[in-house]
Amino acid sequence: MTYKSDNISPNNFEECIKCTICTAYCPVSAVNPSYPGPKQAGPDGERYRLKKPSFYDEALKYCLNCKRCEVACPSGVRVGDIIQSARIRYAKSKPSLRDRLLADTDFVGTLSSAFAPIVNPTLRTRPVKMLMHSVLGVDSHRQFPAYSRSRFTSWYRRHKQEQEKYPRQVAYFHGCYVEYNNPALGIDFVKIMNALGFGVRLLDKERCCGVAKIANGLIDKARHDAEINIESIRRAGCPVLTTSSTCTLTMREEYPHLLGIDNSDVRESIQLAVRFIFSLVDRGEATLVFRDDIHETIAYHTPCHMSRLGWAIYPVSLLKMAPGLTLRVLPQNCCGIAGTYGFKKENYNVSQQIGQQLFDSIAEFNPDSVATDCETCKWQIEMSTPYKVENPISILARMIDFEKTRLANS
Amino acid sequence: MKYDTIIIGGGISGLVAGITLCSAGQKVGIVSSGQSALHFNSGSMELLGHDSRGNDIDDPCEAIKNLPPSHPYSKIGAATMEAMLADVKDFFARAGIRLCGDEHHNHYRITPMGAFRPAWLSLDGYAMFDRPAHLADGTILIVNIKGFIDFYPEFIRHALESTNYCEIREISHPKIERLRKSASEMRPTNISAVITGDVVKDIAADINMLIEQTGADAVIMPAVVGSLNGHPDAELRQRVNKPLHYAPTMPISVGGMHMQITLRQYFRSIGGDYFLGDTVSSAVIDDNGHVCSIFTDNLGDTPLEADDFILASGSFISHGLLATYEKICEPIFGLDIEAPENRADWCSADIYAAHQYMSAGVATDNMFHPSIQGRPVRNLFAAGSVASGCDPLQEQSGAGVAILTAMFIAREILKSYRHDI
Ligand SMILES: Cc1cc2nc3c(=O)[nH]c(=O)nc-3n(C[C@H](O)[C@H](O)[C@H](O)COP(=O)(O)OP(=O)(O)OC[C@H]3O[C@@H](n4cnc5c(N)ncnc54)[C@H](O)[C@@H]3O)c2cc1C
Ligand code: SF4
Ligand code: SF4
Ligand code: SF4
Repeated sequence: MTYKSDNISPNNFEECIKCTICTAYCPVSAVNPSYPGPKQAGPDGERYRLKKPSFYDEALKYCLNCKRCEVACPSGVRVGDIIQSARIRYAKSKPSLRDRLLADTDFVGTLSSAFAPIVNPTLRTRPVKMLMHSVLGVDSHRQFPAYSRSRFTSWYRRHKQEQEKYPRQVAYFHGCYVEYNNPALGIDFVKIMNALGFGVRLLDKERCCGVAKIANGLIDKARHDAEINIESIRRAGCPVLTTSSTCTLTMREEYPHLLGIDNSDVRESIQLAVRFIFSLVDRGEATLVFRDDIHETIAYHTPCHMSRLGWAIYPVSLLKMAPGLTLRVLPQNCCGIAGTYGFKKENYNVSQQIGQQLFDSIAEFNPDSVATDCETCKWQIEMSTPYKVENPISILARMIDFEKTRLANS
Repeated sequence: MKYDTIIIGGGISGLVAGITLCSAGQKVGIVSSGQSALHFNSGSMELLGHDSRGNDIDDPCEAIKNLPPSHPYSKIGAATMEAMLADVKDFFARAGIRLCGDEHHNHYRITPMGAFRPAWLSLDGYAMFDRPAHLADGTILIVNIKGFIDFYPEFIRHALESTNYCEIREISHPKIERLRKSASEMRPTNISAVITGDVVKDIAADINMLIEQTGADAVIMPAVVGSLNGHPDAELRQRVNKPLHYAPTMPISVGGMHMQITLRQYFRSIGGDYFLGDTVSSAVIDDNGHVCSIFTDNLGDTPLEADDFILASGSFISHGLLATYEKICEPIFGLDIEAPENRADWCSADIYAAHQYMSAGVATDNMFHPSIQGRPVRNLFAAGSVASGCDPLQEQSGAGVAILTAMFIAREILKSYRHDI
């Protein structure tokens, strides 16, 4: 519509009607009065910043980038993008050593998984934690995710040849978490795809999606990695599947909106595996056969970035297909960790306060385990509650009868 | 993805329809771009407050009979209206929302600016007046929260002056004081988030002390108390020694927001799928003029299919209707619109007068089917404020039209659904 293209800038900030609905749903506003809230930090502040950059308020760093404001906004304003773009453009404070370390998941991961038996216990000891707390500003209450001894790609290389035999192929963007912390999830994914008749390839070159670098102000590095990823995705020429909602949102939405990278030709091919699998089943192009000897109750937590993608329906619908599962979708609340945010000592309390409603709702339902598509949600929930948390893909891998599924799809 | 019914828009209209259909066993999906107009609700719902000359109405059920045939209530018909109205309070109670009021006798609510408006149902605990300016006999204590800028006690005092002596006082609490760090963001919902647990007890004690000091017979305070867990609003009223009434604040409305979340959670708990933050971008209509499926921004190439579709996408504020430089339109289906031909007639020069754009909307037949270029779409219905036929602001009928058209349409859909089985 012409009048729109004439008047409206990329993140729709002129569309704001000042209703404050976004502020009412911001998890940070609810617990941290130093944060001006999405309306003020986003469209309101943008008016001033456009006039004079010195109006930039350093308190914008408290934004989790959870995008709940965007989901709530009735006027289609990309409030979270406005705030993150402002941080990129105007923030004067340079990323600290701590922020750089937390952001460089590839670097830390490479080091840590090589020394996993040493790193895991070390990161858990009290003196090391206290040192990290005081010197680096990484909160001492925080439990670090365990690093795995072997990497996902090492396992994959050993199984690469079998993958090439399948006539239909998908590519897998595994992300840092599967690579260094949870290769088992990647293996579950490959097994399911194989049972459905698909071989799994990896991208020529995969870099971290960059979410942590963006959040910590390392924009040039993030852009460099993003360009490599998009180029590899282009070359893949097939659907590129993921198992993390955050990697997915970052590559689909943050690349164009925050990093200025045009991904329009490949954006639709980047999707969560749960969506791809659901669509196959829904169109009658694949069949899942479930085991009948497992009975479990599972609570599904919708990660913030999954809400923003609007895709929770896919894992929920898939899990509901399993006859042995009793599934409840928890009320949508943020877990509070937001990637590296909750690791910083200045944010730890806010982070736990934000998560409290979610932890309470899990306890009230008291499931056998919790399902969620976000790795940092998993750390946060496992650290703050006694419940085990799994990716829906791993739960699916436990629930399906691989042999029968393979037969049904061959 | 296949549903019995898909509803576009998850405000009060979409949710009332969704809950009715889901309760009857249908598989229902609601897609909603953002949050709804309920967030601006006063805490009171209107059925019909003013007649065509602007006079207050006492018995809306009677007054409905005098409306023109193009009005949504006339399309439903007086007898069906009465039957459905009798069920509304129970309907909301089942979802966990307590409403007070009577469809045969309007009460009055007070606005944040101190005006009185006829209302049908008010949330439990909100100030209800049996006639303008009369809440209770004696002295009234108006208590505001220190630093809170979305409530104006002077307006309330002014409004009540003719019948009551009013005292204005302020209260605070260390937990509320913290919020003043971002003074511009000290909003009703932020305050309500801290008035829980022990804070309720502390505030009750403060208010009781002020009652002693002023000899007040009743208390009015801004509607900034309420939570989705427990009922701090009810607890506070119980702890305060005199009747305590909540008066609406400037938006955002704590009561309206909780109503929205409560209805949505109830809808999900009975099996409904609610897609929040997703926008319906297009629809597929077959040669027979039936809607087959819709597509959304987030779900991309996954179609949402259903037997019936309800358009409950709201008015201009919710983007259910769009006004461009030239025309008013409905953006998803391009439905026929009822609006003044000439753009100059959309608005009146006097801002307080009726504006014709307010009653513009999707044109529908007597069963609320819209049409495309004159051809009715038989499995599509338009509910709530997206449809034309009334000026909710002038006649004070917003929530009433949204609730009753939704109930009517859902019952229509269920007639053929039960047939199928
Ligand atoms: C400021 C204000 C105050 C009011 N106060 C009162 C009051 O105190 N009492 C009273 O009785 N009435 C009041 N009304 C009127 C009444 O609240 C509304 O008429 C009623 O809430 C409308 O409900 P609805 O469900 O039709 O639409 P809405 O509540 O507007 O909901 C429509 C929904 O559809 C969504 N939507 C729109 N387009 C799309 C799309 N393409 N895809 C997906 N979703 C879409 C929107 O995001 C929105 O959530 C008020 C209205 C306003 C605007
Ligand atoms: S950004 Fe959206 S939700 Fe926030 S005040 Fe503006 S219109 Fe309202
Ligand atoms: S992205 Fe999240 S934390 Fe940031 S302003 Fe929006 S709702 Fe608040
Ligand atoms: S960790 Fe998950 S729930 Fe928490 S902020 Fe990130 S995406 Fe949201």
